[in-house]
Amino acid sequence: MRHGVARFVTGFLALPVALYLLYVVWPFVQAAGYSLTDWGGFSGSQNFVGLDNYVRLLSDELIRKAFWHNVFFLVTVPLFTIALALFLAFLLNVGGREDRAGIRGVFGSGLYKIIFFFPQVLSLVVIAVMWQQIYRTDGQGLINGMLIKIGLVDADNPIAFTADPEPFLGVPAVLWWLLLIAVWSGAGFYMVLFSAAMQSIPKDIFEAAILDGANRFHTFFRVTLPLLRDTISVAWVYLGFIALDMYALVFVMTPSQGGPNHASEIFASVLNFTAFQKGQYGYACAMGVALAIFTILLAALQLRITRRDRIEY
Amino acid sequence: MSTATHGLGRADQASPSRPAPVRRADARRAGVGARIFNGFSHLFLVVWALMVVYPLVWVVMSALKNDSEVIREPLSLIPSKLHWDNFARAWTEGHLGSFFLNTVLVLAGSVTLTMLLGSMAAYALARYEFRGNRLIYYMFLSGLTLPIYLAAVPLFKGVYNMGITFPLLGPNKHLMLIVVYVAWSLSFTIFFMHSFFRTLPDSIAEAAMVDGASHTRTFFSVMLPMAKPGLISIGIFNVLGQWNQWYLPTLLMQSVAGEPKHQVLSQGLIELSVNQGYKSDWSGLFAGVTMAMLPVLIVYIVFQRQVQSGLTAGVGK
Repeated sequence: MRHGVARFVTGFLALPVALYLLYVVWPFVQAAGYSLTDWGGFSGSQNFVGLDNYVRLLSDELIRKAFWHNVFFLVTVPLFTIALALFLAFLLNVGGREDRAGIRGVFGSGLYKIIFFFPQVLSLVVIAVMWQQIYRTDGQGLINGMLIKIGLVDADNPIAFTADPEPFLGVPAVLWWLLLIAVWSGAGFYMVLFSAAMQSIPKDIFEAAILDGANRFHTFFRVTLPLLRDTISVAWVYLGFIALDMYALVFVMTPSQGGPNHASEIFASVLNFTAFQKGQYGYACAMGVALAIFTILLAALQLRITRRDRIEY
Repeated sequence: MSTATHGLGRADQASPSRPAPVRRADARRAGVGARIFNGFSHLFLVVWALMVVYPLVWVVMSALKNDSEVIREPLSLIPSKLHWDNFARAWTEGHLGSFFLNTVLVLAGSVTLTMLLGSMAAYALARYEFRGNRLIYYMFLSGLTLPIYLAAVPLFKGVYNMGITFPLLGPNKHLMLIVVYVAWSLSFTIFFMHSFFRTLPDSIAEAAMVDGASHTRTFFSVMLPMAKPGLISIGIFNVLGQWNQWYLPTLLMQSVAGEPKHQVLSQGLIELSVNQGYKSDWSGLFAGVTMAMLPVLIVYIVFQRQVQSGLTAGVGK
């Protein structure tokens, strides 16, 4: 019997583990190794340089810029997406008929949920290419075209969108325009998530609150929101990962993939540029390791902050 | 099994059996305020719904205009004449047809293999005690936190070297992309199915073993069918995730030694959108985007309940 188990487990695990080691683990290990060398690419010499690449990272102007842009997305993407998603979930679930089973949700809430979820099933690339046309800098674009038509924007001086490096509130305008797309595409998904969480709260909790004289606003802010804390913190962690992964939008939508004039560089775009355009593989790997350490620290930090006693119901 | 009890719980909660007479008078008093609030809710919800739907409709409608109309009347939603030829042109000249074929070929292999290997590994890790179990599980789990960009350079190099020994696993090969997709999808699939197999009762597996089924047989004919709800969720997750994948193909499906590229859809669309800057075939680009998004949207609308619960379950775990 024991022998049978060993053979079975080995048989079931061998292929997945082998594939994973070869295509996921090994590249990561290699990347860590290359980050200690001055390797340039496919050929040429490869010398051990110790931590030189990491020291260089600290004084790299471009990396510093990219780092702050990453931080910008890391704060704003979760903040705006969750705020909007909660607001929509609030309207969807708190409106509508009030009766003894609590509050029913507005008429047609099912339809709204289906529609709001649309962007989630579209690929980031489809979204990026679509928004590229919406953000066109001439009258042919959806937004500029509309604004020119109603006279709010001068046809000779349209909005530059992702080609606009001018700072707005201290951050290049192009980043705000990219943020808008991220929020547009994410809000519906998190609204559905929050709605589901709201509906899984037992009805008697609401009944008790209503019997105690709470109205729908009190119920939402004093009962629903605190009970959603777990879901919101999970959403925050996920959106944090998505924020680190804004590369698809930067790649498709900005001039020279990180432009104009490096105004929209993020870690991933600098890494790819350094590795594949400048041919500094060793240095690019050091950036990757730094990004990985940053990600892991961040995940650990977020888990620590959001950890709290669970309310079981 | 678990869905059945879940459903029961839901029905129980919603049953209007408990009387609460106090509420009725209150509800009438709050009537006007509630109606104003409802109007306000609907106003905002409709505005956001329009912000989601309008761009999509605009893209589809622009795909049916001809080029001069796209430039002259960019905002109109109703084309003067329906130009279905845009789709034909994007399909053949824009190579959308071959992008689709490549994507479907790759996904047919990669999703099947991901599900099979992922649930096999998750099952062995979730239900058998052996030395190294935790180590292997955490190794798979760690893949969830590491950014793919870090692995880009060595992965590209590794695939390139592999192609020298095994041409089918080299760059720009369908089989290579299948294998890479599977490897990168294993982490989440195992993470998800592991927690699912944990919740299945021991007694049924034991009964099957007592009846003389082997471990393998127990898995395929008893446990796997019981895990169907989980498999559907993670299946949807993997189909969408791999369908939308753009970074790995852009990195690995590069033409080698002059042979034509076997682009998948996302990658092809990026190139199409970059190239149309020179050809200015706007209507063709809109047609391409439409063809890439309509199939997923239609599948989503048909299976919206499963898709919504499948994707949100992924976050909830």
